[in-house]
Amino acid sequence: MDSRAIIAELPRLRRYARAMLGDRAAADDLVQDTLERAWSRIAQWRVGSDLRAWLFGIMHNLRVDQLRRGSLPTHSLDDDACEVPTRATQTDRLEVMDLESALRQLPDEQREVLLLVALEEMSYADIAAALGIPIGTVMSRLSRGRERLRQVMEGRQPVANLRVVR
Amino acid sequence: MSPLPVTEDDLHAYVDGALTPARRQEVEAWLAEHADDAARVAAYLAQKQAIKALFDPVLAEPLPDQLHALTVQPLPLTVNRKKWPNLKSVFLQRLAAGMLVAAVSGVGGWLAHGQYLNADRLAQGVPLPKQAAVAHVVYSPDARRPVEVAADQEEALVKWLSKRLGTPVSPPKLGGLGYELVGGRLLPGNAGPVAQFMYQDASGQRMTLYVTTENASKPETGFRFAREGQVNVFYWVDGKFGYALSASVDKGELAKVATAVYDQLETK
Repeated sequence: MDSRAIIAELPRLRRYARAMLGDRAAADDLVQDTLERAWSRIAQWRVGSDLRAWLFGIMHNLRVDQLRRGSLPTHSLDDDACEVPTRATQTDRLEVMDLESALRQLPDEQREVLLLVALEEMSYADIAAALGIPIGTVMSRLSRGRERLRQVMEGRQPVANLRVVR
Repeated sequence: MSPLPVTEDDLHAYVDGALTPARRQEVEAWLAEHADDAARVAAYLAQKQAIKALFDPVLAEPLPDQLHALTVQPLPLTVNRKKWPNLKSVFLQRLAAGMLVAAVSGVGGWLAHGQYLNADRLAQGVPLPKQAAVAHVVYSPDARRPVEVAADQEEALVKWLSKRLGTPVSPPKLGGLGYELVGGRLLPGNAGPVAQFMYQDASGQRMTLYVTTENASKPETGFRFAREGQVNVFYWVDGKFGYALSASVDKGELAKVATAVYDQLETK
């Protein structure tokens, strides 16, 4: 694994992480963790094998770990941030449902497969290998994800969009 | 010979261009006679293009520095404690310059580091850097009550924390580096009390030193570095003590202060 090969993959890892998480800082944190873990397991990477699939697999596993642990939000807080009341956000729901918020409505595992197909154009078999799931599971997640996204985008299914009212 | 029935999987493979040309033709012929499914397939194709259009701009963004730094193999941060005082100036220069270069024995050291950390986690419950980072994010943003006992009662603070931890502990002096003691507090660790000392620089940037005595059974370690969200943590185990220095400052700055803390504790 040399630097040039990694630099070549980074933009794609970032794009996928951004699409997956929505938030820019969180996405770059995930990419950073992925690289750190990749270096720590560099011995497991076989020269000549698909670096991209390997890195996406690591990123997936990290995310699974984070979700399982209920990862700790350790963002730095401004002193002010604790005291200042936040603007009410209820009226924001009047905005039209855009693609990005529609994607947020999908369960993680469906969004993941959908994005790997759409953004990375990975084959179903490669996705199955990277995520460690059978190919039939890839297909059913893709199918359910696409259909659900279509329904959300077309507004055919009223989707509960709960927000905390402060 | 009549074609195989068209399945849901075929429709997705059609959208993703994963069919053989012959099968593709069969699916197209089938879609021509199934308007509802054809509409669905058209919607899936549009989704796919829209997703690409939405996120492709990320590809053109410049890489953040912290990611660029990781395109070369990081320097193993596990440093043999006996050798450490000799190595540390080199080590710190590299950190300060942001040059995480591969050391000759990099792979082995880094792997050993990973394995150690895993064993560490199993043995300890919540690992030291995480405990410290949590304590840091809980108390350091607090404008009114960041500490239980303030620095103006340092003597009382030292006496109290030493008594509760069952061993003498006192806050290192970091004024030379611009960090003045704010005070300290007692916290619950994995199995008993731990101490937290808080410092602050002129700009209000806070740094916390977490001191635990729950490490009696653990081998001593060199400096280690961990990142928990926005918080950087340097930590090390020395005898029965575990120390972790946490702040939202860059690695180089934190390493400088960690070195000062280490040196003061060593000379005691």
